[in-house]
Amino acid sequence: MADIAAPQSAIASRHGRSSLHKLMQRKSTTAFLMALPLILMIFILVAYPAGYAIWLATLNKSMTKFVGLGNFDFMFKRPTFWEIVFQSCLFAITAVIFKAMIGFIVAHFVNNIPTKGQRKWRGMLLVPWVIPAAMSTLSWLWLFDPSYSAFNWLFAQLGLGRISWLGEAGWARFSVILVNVWIGAPFFLIMYLAALKSVPEQLYEAASIDGATWWQRIWFVTLPMMRNIIAITILFSTIVTFANFDIVRVLTAGGPLTATHVFATWAFKVGIESGDIPLGATVSLFMVPILAVAATFILRDISKRGSEV
Amino acid sequence: MVSRRVSRRRFVATTAALSAVGVAAPFVRGASAAGKLTVGFWDHWVPGANGATEKAVKEWAEKEKVEVQIDFITSQGNKLLLTIAAEAQAKTGHDILAMNTFLPAQYSEQLATVDSEMDQLIKNNGKVNATVEYLGKVGGKWLAVPATTGTQFKGPCSRIDFMKQYAGLDVQAMYPAGAEPQDKDWTYDTFLKAAEACHKGGHPFGIGLGTTSDNVDTIGAVFHGYGAVLVDAKGTPTVKTDAVRQALEYYKKLMQWLPPDVAAWDDASNNKFLVSGQASLIMNPPSAWAVAKRDAPKVAENCWTHGMPAGPKGRFGPFLPFFWGIWNFSKNIPAAKSLVMHLSTQPVVESMVVASGGYDLPSFENFTKFKVWAEEGPPKGTLFHYPDPYHHQTLSVACAPAPHKIAEQMYNQGIMTQMAVRFFQGEPLEKTLTWAEGEIEGFMRN
Repeated sequence: MADIAAPQSAIASRHGRSSLHKLMQRKSTTAFLMALPLILMIFILVAYPAGYAIWLATLNKSMTKFVGLGNFDFMFKRPTFWEIVFQSCLFAITAVIFKAMIGFIVAHFVNNIPTKGQRKWRGMLLVPWVIPAAMSTLSWLWLFDPSYSAFNWLFAQLGLGRISWLGEAGWARFSVILVNVWIGAPFFLIMYLAALKSVPEQLYEAASIDGATWWQRIWFVTLPMMRNIIAITILFSTIVTFANFDIVRVLTAGGPLTATHVFATWAFKVGIESGDIPLGATVSLFMVPILAVAATFILRDISKRGSEV
Repeated sequence: MVSRRVSRRRFVATTAALSAVGVAAPFVRGASAAGKLTVGFWDHWVPGANGATEKAVKEWAEKEKVEVQIDFITSQGNKLLLTIAAEAQAKTGHDILAMNTFLPAQYSEQLATVDSEMDQLIKNNGKVNATVEYLGKVGGKWLAVPATTGTQFKGPCSRIDFMKQYAGLDVQAMYPAGAEPQDKDWTYDTFLKAAEACHKGGHPFGIGLGTTSDNVDTIGAVFHGYGAVLVDAKGTPTVKTDAVRQALEYYKKLMQWLPPDVAAWDDASNNKFLVSGQASLIMNPPSAWAVAKRDAPKVAENCWTHGMPAGPKGRFGPFLPFFWGIWNFSKNIPAAKSLVMHLSTQPVVESMVVASGGYDLPSFENFTKFKVWAEEGPPKGTLFHYPDPYHHQTLSVACAPAPHKIAEQMYNQGIMTQMAVRFFQGEPLEKTLTWAEGEIEGFMRN
């Protein structure tokens, strides 16, 4: 019995080794192992905090009792919360539209500059995006400052009246959106420029031969060829703009009154400054379904077009 | 392997010898014989002010043989607030942390009680004011010891020249250095008239109406001066009262004489307004004056810090105390308590006040007449009335006496300044009150 058992175990062991060997030789295994550090990092830095935020959002104010969706129920009844929803949407949608438009227009200008001088323009136009947002926002704060506004000084030199940039709700919202556009437009610019360079020149030549105007060339050639990159940049920028914290925090801290608060700053105000961490977590989680729905539609559209191609 | 058998006689002899050596040897105490302690102090605005704290801790550590690690944590960018929140969640971190206003109450379940220490300190140093008691004592138990560093009074800092020129008020005569205030006529009406006169003279009062601490503290004191409270001590909303209406009416009148963008002001705006030479009066501790002394000496020479005007219900001053709280998960609570006691002794407290150029304000009654306030200048005596040495004012905090969990939210969300701005911008008074009532209702959940 023992004589028979020994070769069987040897076969089993050889078999085990060979299947492990096969597993290790698979490309997918190698890819998984190479991606493992990143997966772990995402789990530690993204999945765990997200799960913890969901857990916090289900607790009562003193974090002693499970309340399920009670915090959401409470929040939906607060008028201030709906004000924040409106402002966040206004802030994100307006800023993304302007960033996309400016990025698109400037990308065309830069694309038309001869290759030799293009690099320095690209570099200069990227500066607002490269500087840390909190730092550049501080510079903007000095330009808008209630006591020392450089813009107001300029207006005074021109004999114009002073504007309360950060003291009036409308102007404060305008200022926040302006700074966001200034910081974010170069991202669109560089993405659109890359997309423009990948459009085959023959398509434009063919369109010219057919007598297409510049507008028709943009509408029927450029835009369809850039559709995917436009969708992805808009999705990415919408997510980042919705979740923005630093610009509002540095520039207005949500004021005057609550006129410029967005989800992230309001979550900080309620959760950390006012000591209601579960409600703060609830506010910050509110944007997840909105962005998830937007991401689903945009990504589905992109993959649909990909499969059509 | 060779084993060696130990005989009974040999064992007894060896043990006896070792015991004799142990008893005869001198008591050797290591450098950190009483353990370790980590402390997070508030990082002072005033350059060099941290030095006094560091020196006092070092002295204590050497005497008590405790290894102490000190971190000075800035409140800029809410770093101190975030550190406290993170440590409370993680239940680990510093043993002692500086906490201001409502934070001891917010973390009441995670702080070690300091009842016997406070009894001893009050016996040694005199009483503490009602605001310190309201903020530091929760459910009849002291949760933190009032800290000297960071504690401040945010009363008026006036321009001597502008107040004389435009409002006809001699603030130095009203608040003479070294003598009792002559403040009988210094009322809300006088204050309003002076605000109007200075505005017309091109140098308005710089009183912010944003939602940050300086702005909220000022309006809080004015509300108290009218007896206006939004929520009473039992937690009942008292928004729709005549006192609240009067306070808002007063603020509406005052706001027309303030700079147009005060609704966007933060804690730095009033300082900048004074240093720029535009302001006739701001509400701030002497840090703005100290900056002016460095950056705009001509402005500083004309500044005089003094008491608040009186309202119909009394003379209330905006007071913002800091505390030293000890986490109940600290591994060395006895040493932590010993350190905060040492930091609250008279010589240490005075050294801290001197190092801060008079900015720090001890909370104990016997510590309001240190020489430094009489001597600081220019002009000499400018800070004499900063610690309210003759106790002419009730040092108050905005949103008191509401239960802490409601008050801290009203305070941090600037409900009172928001009410004033809404009303000033044309919202009907009753609508503003209804809005505030709705907000406060939301703060009452547990």
